Amino acid sequence: MSKIFSVRYLLIGISIIFIFIMLILPLYVIINEAFHNGFSPYFNVISDKFTLHALSLTLLATGTAVLCNTIFGLFAAWALTRFQYRHSKLLTTLIDIPFTISPVIAGLIFSLTFGRIGWTQPILNFFHIKIVFAVTGIILVTIFVTLPFIARTIMPVLHSRGTQEEEAAALMGASGLTIFRRITFPHIKWALLYGIILCTARAMGEFGAVSVISGHLRGKTDTLPLLIEILYNDFKMTDAFAVSTILVVLAIILLVLKNIVEYKWHQVKE
Amino acid sequence: MNKKFILFAIFIIISSVLAGCKSDEQSASSNNQLINVSYDPTRELYAAYNAAFIKHWQEKTGQAVTITQSHGGSGAQARSVIEGNDADVVTLALEYDITAIEKTGLIKKGWLSSFPHDSSPYTSTIVFLVRKGNPKNIKDWNDLIRPDISIITPNPKTSGGARWNYLAAWAYANNAYQGNEEQMKKYMKKLFNNVLVLDSGARGATTTFVENGQGDVLLAWENEAYLSLKEHPDEFQIVSPSISILAQPSVAVVDKIADEHGTRELAEEYLNYLYSPEAQKIAADNFYRPTDENILKQYADTFDLNIKLATINDPLFGGWDKVQETHFKDGGIFDQIYQKK
Repeated sequence: MSKIFSVRYLLIGISIIFIFIMLILPLYVIINEAFHNGFSPYFNVISDKFTLHALSLTLLATGTAVLCNTIFGLFAAWALTRFQYRHSKLLTTLIDIPFTISPVIAGLIFSLTFGRIGWTQPILNFFHIKIVFAVTGIILVTIFVTLPFIARTIMPVLHSRGTQEEEAAALMGASGLTIFRRITFPHIKWALLYGIILCTARAMGEFGAVSVISGHLRGKTDTLPLLIEILYNDFKMTDAFAVSTILVVLAIILLVLKNIVEYKWHQVKE
Repeated sequence: MNKKFILFAIFIIISSVLAGCKSDEQSASSNNQLINVSYDPTRELYAAYNAAFIKHWQEKTGQAVTITQSHGGSGAQARSVIEGNDADVVTLALEYDITAIEKTGLIKKGWLSSFPHDSSPYTSTIVFLVRKGNPKNIKDWNDLIRPDISIITPNPKTSGGARWNYLAAWAYANNAYQGNEEQMKKYMKKLFNNVLVLDSGARGATTTFVENGQGDVLLAWENEAYLSLKEHPDEFQIVSPSISILAQPSVAVVDKIADEHGTRELAEEYLNYLYSPEAQKIAADNFYRPTDENILKQYADTFDLNIKLATINDPLFGGWDKVQETHFKDGGIFDQIYQKK
């Protein structure tokens, strides 16, 4: 008996130490470093115009990416679970590409396609559209890397619900929108929210792809993760950690939301 | 039904993309905005210089001007300009990087003589940064190949700064072995055998040495070394080798983009003003060697003026194109000495 107990405590102990070293300690280091020089320098960094710009750009890119992916994710999930095409498997695989491809490569693809030496350049020039090294490009790569999240979280739910209720509603003469609003949406509501949260988290922290396409124009195309790297390379450790705390706070908010959604979703399932 | 949704979605996407484009267009078309694409170690220099230049331009023309900085590895920054980063001026680590932009037609031929001193308003050289008290007693290049030494230097394939490091070592080897190429290669091989971390950029290498405490000696630009010294005065000291290389970072107006933006006059004045006494002092304060002899002399106690400086146009090197061809292209001398490790 006591042997089992000691093994149990040993394992629990190892887990706690592991979590402490891997998660709690780094978090503590970030906060400790951020307030290294006291509160007022911290707020100076946080309210710096470059920081605020980076924050607003991050929020803009995240917001747009989530919006686009919610709409397209819904469509894609709907189309792939409700209809069988010859190539629906292929389409499912295509949606997964951003999951497997390294973000840096995603950035390079965009930069080589829409950049000055890309084949689309004459068209873009004609319409005076600038994509790479501009805000547009940052938004586009963010959409790209977060593409699968929402579609992928809704699809299993749609699969498991089957089509019976929707077919019944259609037979009773409900329009497509009504079916979606009254039957489909209530089922996928929590899954959708969960997907949105995951997508937001991923979009906010995106570094690789954005780094390739940003051009690092200070106060123009720097997102929060890029700004953190710049400050770090500038020997401004305290500033870098101070800006990091913004991302940490946003992440914690998302974590709380995620747990609430998971809890509610679980309740609905039961 | 679904059609409405699709239309709605398309509308949202198009409008958001257009909104993004529009804001960029506005900023790009305005002719009192300047984008300076530079390399890593010049952040502090241009932060100070931009403030001075904005004041100068205001006094001269009465216009307010905004300058946007971009920093990164020199080669990567040149690439970004080639691929579409709208720089009005580039201030990079190497003539070679600007020549790469010139080859795409964005910069006109002959840019090298557009500004004084081969378009290099300030120069620098390569020195050693060692831990305080010089515990490994490193004095010159020959100490670096001792087996107990570990070196931090960025990768010459990706970093402009690292090419200067490499060439400075080559200049030393040439002198020490009277041009015997076999022995020079042997020296270089031993040198790069001692390299502990080969970072991709100069700033990354400095961080590895200074913040992460790796290695015994950092081969660094003089200005980077002084900056580290300023940040951590009690931890490091600078060792000037007997021979080093005169590093000439180049500047140029990106003709095509400046003309598109209508910023040519501003861009030219921006680079010209780098040669003014005020700007030369800013350069010296940021530990770049001013090209103005008088101002350089004023800073004689900062810069070791006794280092023998080889230049890239010496017969030993014969200019960047030749150096690139013999040393840094795939299969060149660098690959030979580094792969045989």
